[in-house]
Order: sequence, then structure tokens, then C-alpha cells
Amino acid sequence: MSTPLMEARGLQLRFGRVAALDDVAIDIHPGEVVAIVGESGSGKTTLLRVLSGLMRPDAGAVTYRGQDVLAMPEAARRRLMRTEWGFVHQNPRDGLRLGVTAGGNIGERLMAVGARHYGNIRAEATEWLKRVEIDPARMDDIPGKFSGGMQQRLQIARVLVTRPRLVFMDEPTGGLDVSVQARLLDLIRALVADLGLAVLIVTHDIAAARLLAHRILVMRQGQVVEEGLTDRVLDDPQHAYTQLLVSSVLAA
Amino acid sequence: MGNWALRAENLSKDFRLHLQGGVRIPVLADVSLTVEPGECVALAGPSGAGKSTLMRCLYGNYGAGAGRILIRHGDAVVDLATADPRLVRAIRRDTLGYVSQFLRVIPRIGAVDIVAEPLMARGVARDAATARARDLLLRLNLPERLHNLPPATFSGGEQQRINLARGFAADYPVLLLDEPTASLDAANRQVVIGLIEEAKARGAALIGIFHDTEVRDRIADRLFDVAPIQDAA
Ligand SMILES: Nc1ncnc2c1ncn2[C@@H]1O[C@H](COP(=O)(O)OP(=O)(O)OP(=O)(O)O)[C@@H](O)[C@H]1O
Ligand SMILES: Nc1ncnc2c1ncn2[C@@H]1O[C@H](COP(=O)(O)OP(=O)(O)OP(=O)(O)O)[C@@H](O)[C@H]1O
Ligand SMILES: [Mg+2]
Ligand SMILES: [Mg+2]
Repeated sequence: MSTPLMEARGLQLRFGRVAALDDVAIDIHPGEVVAIVGESGSGKTTLLRVLSGLMRPDAGAVTYRGQDVLAMPEAARRRLMRTEWGFVHQNPRDGLRLGVTAGGNIGERLMAVGARHYGNIRAEATEWLKRVEIDPARMDDIPGKFSGGMQQRLQIARVLVTRPRLVFMDEPTGGLDVSVQARLLDLIRALVADLGLAVLIVTHDIAAARLLAHRILVMRQGQVVEEGLTDRVLDDPQHAYTQLLVSSVLAA
Repeated sequence: MGNWALRAENLSKDFRLHLQGGVRIPVLADVSLTVEPGECVALAGPSGAGKSTLMRCLYGNYGAGAGRILIRHGDAVVDLATADPRLVRAIRRDTLGYVSQFLRVIPRIGAVDIVAEPLMARGVARDAATARARDLLLRLNLPERLHNLPPATFSGGEQQRINLARGFAADYPVLLLDEPTASLDAANRQVVIGLIEEAKARGAALIGIFHDTEVRDRIADRLFDVAPIQDAA
């Protein structure tokens, strides 16, 4: 069996009286899609932020391909963020540069990893706009002119253009209309399979988790209360909270 | 050790319903079942006895409460009841197929791609996988005009034929079939009987639930009784 790409143990983080993370352990293997589900305030976003080094836990360890993420100098962590990792935010405005054109948003990430040739960068940006189903004729528009769904697809192109190994997604379909969500999910599903990405995705949408994820973690009050193979957790939930979660959706 | 393909030992399964005051429903107690390559075993028993539950346990879809589910996977024998999720996925890709009673449609994915997917997951090239998928769909009398459409709007019988094509596309050494002919007409039932006979001939081990006794008598080598548990309450 493969060794994990990322591994975390004993994560603890309190905000005052709230235990946002209470002894959380997780691992993600290459090419594996892991969904995190759970009620609002259960610590899902906090977990993504701690794993990606955006936030320090009070206790615990995070390793990425054998490197200690928490002990890493800031510059090294930023380099990982630019090259090997990607972060797709719920609100595309948090992941895009709004004053920069669509092509520029994609090209910027490429330049951050050393691309210099203008023609190549533009060609690659064109290619990625097509892959996320945005008309390349919109290349020179700023994202503010795009619909929410298009902005989210642009954010995904910006993140994936550098071929990260591990992508964190926090409610990537959260703010969108249902029909737009479905299309975005298809796109994510296809890209993840094509590129063989490892993905850690936070979602409220149980049907989306079933569609995308190989494995599910269920969080409640800062703890992982149940985890396992996606269809086993959803069809034969053991924990009372998971049973409640599954029973409240129709035929997911 | 014998030449079995799958061997369940002392399998038990309860459901605990936390939302119903924690009531416990015992379904399987101490079930042991062995299936050999080339053999088809039909699960028998009244409605609610636990036939589908047993089958889902054998697929790893339901967790086993107790017992082992040994399966020959490549050169190894592994216990599916305790295998980690990545190993279960590998077993499902290479060794263990399951045709459920109803197709789970994937939005916007066409019928051919749904059928070809298990082959592509094994690394078969898209052209070859798609060709095999089309052959199977045609054999199951699914008109060519439907092949590229997503099955969400198809009839129950059409969806079930896609499900069957998907289950038979990759030659699994062990195949589980939950009422594979339930929504099919007589002509398509004959096609499915043919597919099952071919699978047996190539050495697949099959476990099926067949309410249709005619189909069952044609293809099952023996019956395995799943008896309802006496009320434990
Ligand atoms: N920076 C912060 N300062 C204080 N409390 C915080 C901070 N960030 C998170 N929390 C608290 O930690 C808990 C976990 O928050 P988190 O954002 O991880 O939840 P979540 O599972 O992502 O919820 P949602 O589904 O609503 O996004 C919450 O009680 C939240 O109020
Ligand atoms: N996920 C589940 N959660 C709770 N109870 C379940 C679950 N799945 C099955 N059961 C229960 O297990 C028992 C056996 O059901 P199962 O579907 O295995 O019967 P069956 O023998 O396949 O019946 P049929 O012939 O009607 O299909 C039933 O009481 C059923 O309600
Ligand atoms: Mg959140
Ligand atoms: Mg049944």
C-alpha cells in the first residue's frame, strides 16, 4: 500500500471555550478524494486551515511527504502552497485577484512557479479556460464580470494549472444555484480523475460527497466521530450523528 | 485450504437505530458460506430475512458486526471485513463486482461511459473499454440511440440493463447479483442467463438473489438458506 501524502495526528485547537479541533487524526493518500462532512461549527474549515499551515494548532503534528509542516519555515510553506498544494475557497473572491483578468489569474500562478514565456503562458491559460468550460474569448475580462459559477470555475483553473498533488476545497459549490452546483461537481469529478489529484473537500452536500469521495470523515464538535469508505459510512452509518445526517437527506 | 474464491465465516450483522431509541435489529447471526470458482449460489429465504444485507456485507457496503469475509484477491487472501478503505477499493476494482437492484445514476454521464468505467479504472484504453461497453449494451437490447445519453430519464428496465452491462463489463472473479432480472422482459432475462453462464464458464464465482424461480433453476448450482432470526426482543 502507498504511504500517505499527508498525515496529521492529535490535532487540538481551542478558541476560548470552543474546542474547534479535539484530537483529530487524518491521512490522505496520493490520488485519494476524502470528504469532510458535519454540522456547522464542527471544525471542518479549521481542519483545512491547520492542515494547509494557514493556522497553527495548540498541539499535534502534520506531515506532508515526510516533512513536518508545522516546523517548516514560512517561505517553504508558501512554496508548497504555490507548487504542490492548492486551496479552493468557498467564495471565489477569496481565491481570485479581482483586479486582474481571467487569463492573468491563471497566468499569475504559472509565473509564480517560474513560467516566463508570454506566449506559452497565454496558450496554457486558454487551454485551462476551455477545460473549465469558460469561453477563451473572455480571457481579458476581469472576474467581476463573471457569474458566480464562472468565477468558481476560474478559481479552479487558477489552482489546478500548476498541477498540485493535493487540493483543499472548502464548500466549493456552497454559494451557487443548484443547477450550477451540479455542473461544477461534474467538472471537479472529471478533473480530479484525469489529473489523479488527492483532494480534501469540505461539503454539506451528502450527494456530492457520495459522487466525489472515496472516503468520508464525519465531524462533530471538533471530533471525527466516524470515518470510512464512502458508501459504507452513508449506507451503514454507526454513529448517532451520522445516522441523523444521512436520514435528513433524501436518497443521497 | 480448498479452492474457494470467497468464504464468509461466522458472519453476524445487527443494525442499531440511534434515532429510534437505540433499538437493535439483529439480521445475520453466525452465517458461513463458501463459493468456488465456476459456481453460482442462490441466496434463498423470505422477504426481510437478510439476503440483501448478507450480499452488501460481502461487498463491504455494510460493515460486518462479527466474523470474517475472506476473498482471494490476486495472489493473496484478504479479510474484507477488516480491510482498510483503499484495499476495499482495490478489491472492488480487480476482484469483486456487484450488480445492485437499481442503477445509481451519475448526473450528465452517458450510459456507455457508466458501463466502460470499471474497465477504465483498471487501465483499459478508452476505445477498447467503450467498444466492450457498446457490445454489452447492444447484447442487452439497449438501442444505440440511447448509448450516449445519461440514464436518469430511462425506464427502470433500461437502467437495470445498464447496471447489468456495467457489472459484466469487467470479468470479476467474484460477482454478486441482487435480483438482476427483476425488471426485465423475457427476452432480456435470456440474455442475462447467457451472461451468467458465460461468467461461470470462465471460472467466476457468483452469488445471486433471484426471485424468479425459472432463472434461479437455470443457473444456480445450489441454494443457500438465509433464515430470519427469531425475535431477539
Ligand atoms: N478565528 C476564530 N476565532 C474564534 N473562533 C473561531 C475562529 N475560527 C473558528 N472558530 C470557531 O471554531 C468552531 C469551528 O469553526 P469552523 O469554521 O471550523 O466550523 P465549520 O465546521 O467549518 O462550520 P461551517 O460548516 O459553518 O463552515 C466554531 O465554533 C467557530 O465559531
Ligand atoms: N441500512 C439498514 N439499516 C437498518 N436496517 C436495515 C438496513 N438494511 C437492511 N435492514 C433491515 O434488515 C432486514 C433484512 O433486510 P434485507 O433487505 O437484507 O432483506 P431481504 O432478505 O433482502 O428481503 P427482500 O427479499 O424483501 O429483498 C430488514 O429488517 C431490514 O429492514
Ligand atoms: Mg466552514
Ligand atoms: Mg433484498
